[in-house]
Amino acid sequence: MTQNSSFTSPELLTINASRLLRDGDVVFVGVGLPNLACNLAMRTHAPNLLLIYEAGVIGAQPARLPLSIGDPTLVSGAAAVCSMYDIFALYLQRGKVDVGFMGGAQIDRFCNINATVIGDYQQPKVRLPGSGGSKEIAAWANRCYIITYHQKRRFPEKVDFRTSAGFLSSRSERESIGLRGGGPQAVVTDIGIMEPDHTGELVLAALHPGASVEQAKANTGWDLKVADDLRLTEPPSQVELQILHEELDPDGIYIK
Amino acid sequence: MSKVITLSEAINEYVNNGDTIYAAGFTHLIPFAAGHEIIRQGIRNLTLARATPDLIYDQMVAAGCASKVIFSYMGNPGVGSLHIVRSQIETGRLEWEEYSHFGMITRLQAGAAGLPFMPMKQTAAVDLEMMNPNYRRVLDPYSGEEVVVVPALNPDVAIVHVQRADENGNAHIWGITGEQREAAFASSKVILTAEEIVDQKTIRSDPNRTLIPGIIVDAVCHVPFAAHPSYTQGYYDRDNTFYLEWDKISRSAESVQAYLEEWVYGVQNRREYVHKLGPEVRDRLRVEERLSTPVNYGKY
Repeated sequence: MTQNSSFTSPELLTINASRLLRDGDVVFVGVGLPNLACNLAMRTHAPNLLLIYEAGVIGAQPARLPLSIGDPTLVSGAAAVCSMYDIFALYLQRGKVDVGFMGGAQIDRFCNINATVIGDYQQPKVRLPGSGGSKEIAAWANRCYIITYHQKRRFPEKVDFRTSAGFLSSRSERESIGLRGGGPQAVVTDIGIMEPDHTGELVLAALHPGASVEQAKANTGWDLKVADDLRLTEPPSQVELQILHEELDPDGIYIK
Repeated sequence: MSKVITLSEAINEYVNNGDTIYAAGFTHLIPFAAGHEIIRQGIRNLTLARATPDLIYDQMVAAGCASKVIFSYMGNPGVGSLHIVRSQIETGRLEWEEYSHFGMITRLQAGAAGLPFMPMKQTAAVDLEMMNPNYRRVLDPYSGEEVVVVPALNPDVAIVHVQRADENGNAHIWGITGEQREAAFASSKVILTAEEIVDQKTIRSDPNRTLIPGIIVDAVCHVPFAAHPSYTQGYYDRDNTFYLEWDKISRSAESVQAYLEEWVYGVQNRREYVHKLGPEVRDRLRVEERLSTPVNYGKY
């Protein structure tokens, strides 16, 4: 990304996402960067994070980097294992999950996410994997975070398909439906952090060191507003970088 | 009475053209041996249901076994796209029916419990609900609020791989249990493949671990390594190298055909497949022991 930054995109995404987690959070984790962000938070400021995985694992303590959402390392040493029905019903639907991590091919102005299809649903131009757990996580986790690279094609004004709900067309529309979850809180990209304003529209809230407002605007598919109190993120610390590279992803599978 | 037969006999006896099949297992315990046997027997027009079609359905679709898939996440887990199912959907050659994970397993849960449908809370993401008429809304008669409902899924045949079972089909499963139990209870017929066939005493030493009882099982097949390239907790690891390799193989019809010729049609059964894999692969996937602390059921 930014040419004058000395950090790689995956480093910026993972470290900034990890800082959004609070000690004691119950987190519905995905593989890849969200998994790294959670494990980094556990080793730094949030030792009491509880990681749960949609495969039905609660309190995982993965001894190696999990390569799939159902990796056996998630089970060995976990606090509990349950069926998939139970993880979605008893934990997520019942309201026991604080944080969900989401990803998707498209994220729009009101943070609705498309992971299903580009083009028409019946005659797809590009068929994507589909919802998996995300339809319900986006609705029922208290807070949702999105980690993704900042590219114009990923941030259209409107998504082709709403796989999971952000604020629909406004914060008040989501609120009128009465979902238990509070919806998206932040989108962490390799340029900065976008957050929903009082209407639910994503605005530029922070920039990473070396990134510019122009860059963020040029890589967003709508007329991106900038928050009045635009912040600058703290650069990744030596400790954070060291844990990521030496302990969590020593083979550089996700973190280059 | 013993239900132990060969996998080839079980597939021949219980899987018919046009059936709806649920080959269970969320990343874990995926019954690849049974999928390969269905391909070898040339069974056609199947509806293949699975939360994650995974490589097993990619291979079965490639071999021409399926006319429809029912799924909730269509990807190569941890790797990327599921090329064959995806391209057949994109080109209109394969029918599909889609849910979220929760919608999919709620269908199974309803089927397993003998209910006509089951409710879920709203999610406000209605696009999929509009595309799939099986998603409907009803009023909660108590609160008057709308809930989302899906109909029971009752497959013709469930295929479930387990760590160990006795000859009646009482089966112990541990590790990720996914939708194994629900798929088995929801289906009309159940075929088990097991890493080990054990005596009743072993099963009865730990009855809490029996997720699938013999009364719902039709066939028990002794098939070690049946889940490769997926894994069996405590027995062998996931062959991630193969999952990465399939990403390349599945990009061209020729290499898929060559794979099927060599690894499915070219072997008689899973024993030959495992022999062909060779000791290096089996060593690479071996796992170190990590035992649980025994529990005391007590003598009463």
